[in-house]
Amino acid sequence: MKAFMSIRRSIFAVLYAAIAVALPAAARAQEKLPVVATFSILGDFVKNVGGDRVSVTLLVGPEGDAHVYQPSPADAKKLAAAKVIFVNGFKFEGWIERLIKASGTKASVVVATKGIKPREMADEDHDHEQGVDPHAWQSIANARVYVANIRDALVVADPGGKETYEKNTADYLAKLAAVEAEVKEGIAKIPAARRKIITSHDAFGYFGAAYGFEFIAPQGVSTETEISARDVAKIIRQIKTQKIPAVFLENISDPRLMQRIADETGAKIGGKIYSDSLSAAGGTASTYIDMMRHNIRQLSAALTS
Amino acid sequence: MYDFLIAPFVEFEFMRRALVGAFALALGGAPVGVFLMLRRMSLTGDAMAHAILPGAAVGFLVSGLSLFAMTVGGIVAGFTVALGAGLVARSTELKEDASLAAFYLVSLALGVLIVSLKGSNIDLLHVLFGSVLALDDATLILIAGIATISLLTLAILWRPLVLECVDPNFLRSVSGAGAPTHLAFLALMVLNLVGAFHGLGTLLAVGLMMLPAAAARFWAKDLTSMIVIAVAVAVVSGVVGLLVSYHSGAAAGPAIILVAGVFYVVSVVLGPVGGLRRHFVPGRHLEA
Repeated sequence: MKAFMSIRRSIFAVLYAAIAVALPAAARAQEKLPVVATFSILGDFVKNVGGDRVSVTLLVGPEGDAHVYQPSPADAKKLAAAKVIFVNGFKFEGWIERLIKASGTKASVVVATKGIKPREMADEDHDHEQGVDPHAWQSIANARVYVANIRDALVVADPGGKETYEKNTADYLAKLAAVEAEVKEGIAKIPAARRKIITSHDAFGYFGAAYGFEFIAPQGVSTETEISARDVAKIIRQIKTQKIPAVFLENISDPRLMQRIADETGAKIGGKIYSDSLSAAGGTASTYIDMMRHNIRQLSAALTS
Repeated sequence: MYDFLIAPFVEFEFMRRALVGAFALALGGAPVGVFLMLRRMSLTGDAMAHAILPGAAVGFLVSGLSLFAMTVGGIVAGFTVALGAGLVARSTELKEDASLAAFYLVSLALGVLIVSLKGSNIDLLHVLFGSVLALDDATLILIAGIATISLLTLAILWRPLVLECVDPNFLRSVSGAGAPTHLAFLALMVLNLVGAFHGLGTLLAVGLMMLPAAAARFWAKDLTSMIVIAVAVAVVSGVVGLLVSYHSGAAAGPAIILVAGVFYVVSVVLGPVGGLRRHFVPGRHLEA
């Protein structure tokens, strides 16, 4: 049923797109600043800063996985029509450079993580190459940097909206501060010895570093790598020896594997936590702020009991 | 030795489950593979595996990683392509391989289209690659059930199947069993591929079916021993592949198939029946 609805939704999306194209270009010019954000979380930041003055188009929508995303010609068209393209950087969107070139867009490309100190992937003995952890938004301190970068870029692209952007940014930063307080409070309530979980996708490095939480992942950083029997065995041993209390599913990785590990170790299965993408509109994590709230609620529920 | 071969299976339940899954796939798939090979339909399995993917993907999109939906989707897509291709081949000038190619390509494209309609990119890799390490009860029962059905059906259909392999025109001339046998056999192939894609994924499902069969061809002249050898090769590939994945950290599915591939290469070189060996070590001349 859900799939049918979303098919219907995408049909509507196509219709809207057709209407948008049909509108005379002149009518659009004085309207909103067209920008593209590569994935849903970044898009949410841009919406909050840009407010009514920008229209944000996403390449990887909610619930999508930017690691294994396949660009389509429609995406190149979106880029060509944009004035500003926001990307995460840190090689999160490996496909974006080629796509930008192929689209021939004249938009300026803004790397939203500019100024954030990258974390190396914490990977002790793995054979795959060392890299930078791209999931910087998982720390709210970094989210502030994203927002500031987005504000600066929008001011450059649309100087007339400077005041609006600055006001929106200030409002949003206040909201972020409130959420950050909630997250810290939630973590403080979890006994220190229980602040560690297993999750299927290594995307919470920044969260863990910022808030003193240990995330142990059965997979490497990318959802592209396939898991081996040795990895699973290691995790199971680790859960048993370190007495890790909970295993969390993620919205984008193989839930069957998590279930198997939980069955075998007796660890509790936590709810869904969101890492790389927001939930669809109306879901429990349809904005960045909701996502952070949702995640901390899930962690508390599984670990404080 | 114990630590190397037995301990992984004693310590970890997921390894035992993977082992049972691999055994069931070997028992059901390898005999079907032998018949496919003898009927010169080795590549049909590959085409059918691609034809199943869209069905499974549609099932996946409609209800997530649901065993039931993905199985039904795969079976429906597989049967549609097999029957459609057979129908076109029998009633038109087009040969079976060409019509099968046409049908499975259309099916594959349709699947990709449906997936892209969804807009989001939920990890289809899990459909493509499956996970032999995450077999739950329901999946194991499904795979074992398919193996049971396969073996029973093969036992019942043994004679007409062998006849159909050797001389389909003869079978057609003496009884009407030709078409039903062929259909039942195609159904078995689809069932086994669907079972295998839960464990190994669509891309690798065919591997455990065809490689042991091709290897067995070099060791036996009669059908029964060929099937026994094929099953044995598949079983050993499963065990060794899992151990390789456990000790080296290689992905489990590909490891199993690659071990079967090694068996195949060794058989090509050393196999006594029609292998390379006869070029280097001439047999005794038979003299009167």
